[in-house]
Amino acid sequence: MLSYALRRLITTIPTLFVIITVAFFMMRLAPGGPFDSDRALPPEIEKNIMAAYDLDKPLVEQYFLYLGRILTADFGPSLKIRDFSVGELILSGAPASMQLGLSAIVLALVIGVSLGTLAALRQNTGADFSIMTVSMIGIAVPNFVMAPFLSLVFGIYLNLLPTSGWGGGALQYKIMPIIALALPQIAYVARLTRGSMVEVLHSNYVRTARAKGLREQLVVVRHALKGAIMPVVSYLGPATAAVMTGSVVIESIFGVPGIGTYFVNAALNRDYPLVMGVVIIYAVLIMLLNLLVDLLYAVLDPKVRYV
Amino acid sequence: MAIAANDADTKVLSVENLDTRFATPDGEVHAVSSVSFDIAKGESVGVVGESGSGKTQIFMSIMGLLAKNGHSTGSARYRGKEILGLPARELNKIRGVTMSMIFQDSMTSLNPYLRISKQMTEVLVEHKGMNETQARARGIDMLDRVGIPGAKARFDLHPHEFSGGMRQRVMIAMALLCEPDLLIADEPTTALDVTIQAQILDLMGDLKRDFGTAIIMITHDLGVVAGLCDRVMVMYAGRVVEKGDVRDIFYRPQHPYSQGLLGSMPRLDKAGESELSTIPGQPPNLQALPPGCAYQERCPYVFDTCRSAEPALRFVDERREKACHLDTLPAPGTARQSETLGVS
Repeated sequence: MLSYALRRLITTIPTLFVIITVAFFMMRLAPGGPFDSDRALPPEIEKNIMAAYDLDKPLVEQYFLYLGRILTADFGPSLKIRDFSVGELILSGAPASMQLGLSAIVLALVIGVSLGTLAALRQNTGADFSIMTVSMIGIAVPNFVMAPFLSLVFGIYLNLLPTSGWGGGALQYKIMPIIALALPQIAYVARLTRGSMVEVLHSNYVRTARAKGLREQLVVVRHALKGAIMPVVSYLGPATAAVMTGSVVIESIFGVPGIGTYFVNAALNRDYPLVMGVVIIYAVLIMLLNLLVDLLYAVLDPKVRYV
Repeated sequence: MAIAANDADTKVLSVENLDTRFATPDGEVHAVSSVSFDIAKGESVGVVGESGSGKTQIFMSIMGLLAKNGHSTGSARYRGKEILGLPARELNKIRGVTMSMIFQDSMTSLNPYLRISKQMTEVLVEHKGMNETQARARGIDMLDRVGIPGAKARFDLHPHEFSGGMRQRVMIAMALLCEPDLLIADEPTTALDVTIQAQILDLMGDLKRDFGTAIIMITHDLGVVAGLCDRVMVMYAGRVVEKGDVRDIFYRPQHPYSQGLLGSMPRLDKAGESELSTIPGQPPNLQALPPGCAYQERCPYVFDTCRSAEPALRFVDERREKACHLDTLPAPGTARQSETLGVS
């Protein structure tokens, strides 16, 4: 398993290289530059600034300069947020983003699996239909609609929760962003769980468990859930990716000082190093989490062995 | 029931007029129709029939394992206690404890995600209130008794790490943990190759002898029945068509279907015949049974009454019942010529 993990880690390097290359050139293909929105500068000063950030060099040369710096784990300075390096900005946004993301994933797993199991056990009843209908809505409504809607209802009409900000990380500021981030995942996990649970409940080994005279609770939790949860585990990789991309939108809407907010602003301002830094961090995280999910698979399914 | 033991105390299971129906989108399927039988302590009964004859569904009904669209009526008494339609909570005091069932496909019938140890000890923890240590000791002991070499070392393996025959032994060991007085075996040897089949059957024979366990053997393999069972019940289209002592039925089948089944067995002593004989036609559709006898379309002796009246199960002699309008059949082996008898 260890050698498998190592090999997987090594294969992430070429992938990462491709991602950096594509992101670098795509960013530069976008019209405009980092200083276009600033007050017009005298040509000499602008030239100095461009030279300071190597932006006056040919694109290919800039690309290799960037690669060289990345190899020394230097993400460069932010072009727009003066006096901060990209590394510092990402570190400052990470705690908020990680809290949101992790909470959303945990919430999606706990609530999604419970709802899905419940729906499967009550297959073709009112409970099943309502859970599935609500989760269909959860999947269909995009987060940039759901988030303002939640804000409107809980923030303004009911006045229960603050509509935006972080409040130094106080719980009431986190609730809505976490829920908005988790909802589509809860919905998706619930549907996945229901589908596989229905199948597993009809399996021969669940029949054996019943024939052994085990309590229904044991039959479901010990015998059925483990098999039923496997598709959910496979979905964890894509789910974390969806949560990360979702957080870009959600953080902006709720004014959360996380990596996502930096990313949106950086993309709009053509803050090249910051965009690249966030892309690389997201890419590395997603690849690592996918590896983790695959390893988790081997832990849960005794038939899966990595050599 | 004349062929069962008369003493009510020795009856382990007694089933009367069991009917099982399934609601399907295409209409109701009458899978089991008025089935009655008894099984006494230490006895072994073979239930034979083709796929779809309802032989498995009888015991799914009794064990409370019917699919959701299934429903049974009638009576099934375990040691005098009515268990048909009992809620799961009540049924769990019996199934897996004193009445166990093993299934055909040991690969899919064992939980692939759990260690054998867990799948075995949980039965003892649930039903006998043992702690994990006691349950492990008992589980290993039981694996040993069903002939798994190195039981202790293999106890914590997962099902896929066992061979097919070993898995079936594990299934049997699991079913025997609480020392049941009735073991229902649903085609336990069908998925196994012949030498392993023989070993498993020997094992079941030993159980019968050593534990006094009553065994119900559901199978389509008449050889299995001949080797293990005292009595046999032949099923066709959800009905019992003949039942009696194994020897009587094997040597003098009184129902055309039993005769056909026995005639379909490959025989080593008839070397001249290069083709296997079969029963012509297909089992009938249980949603649209013809009026009269369910076997009429395949029966070589069919005559007018068979097409209008359903034959009831009746006693042929004191130890045998059959559901056929004919009083006697021509000798086995002459079945095909009998079509020229002109009874139809």
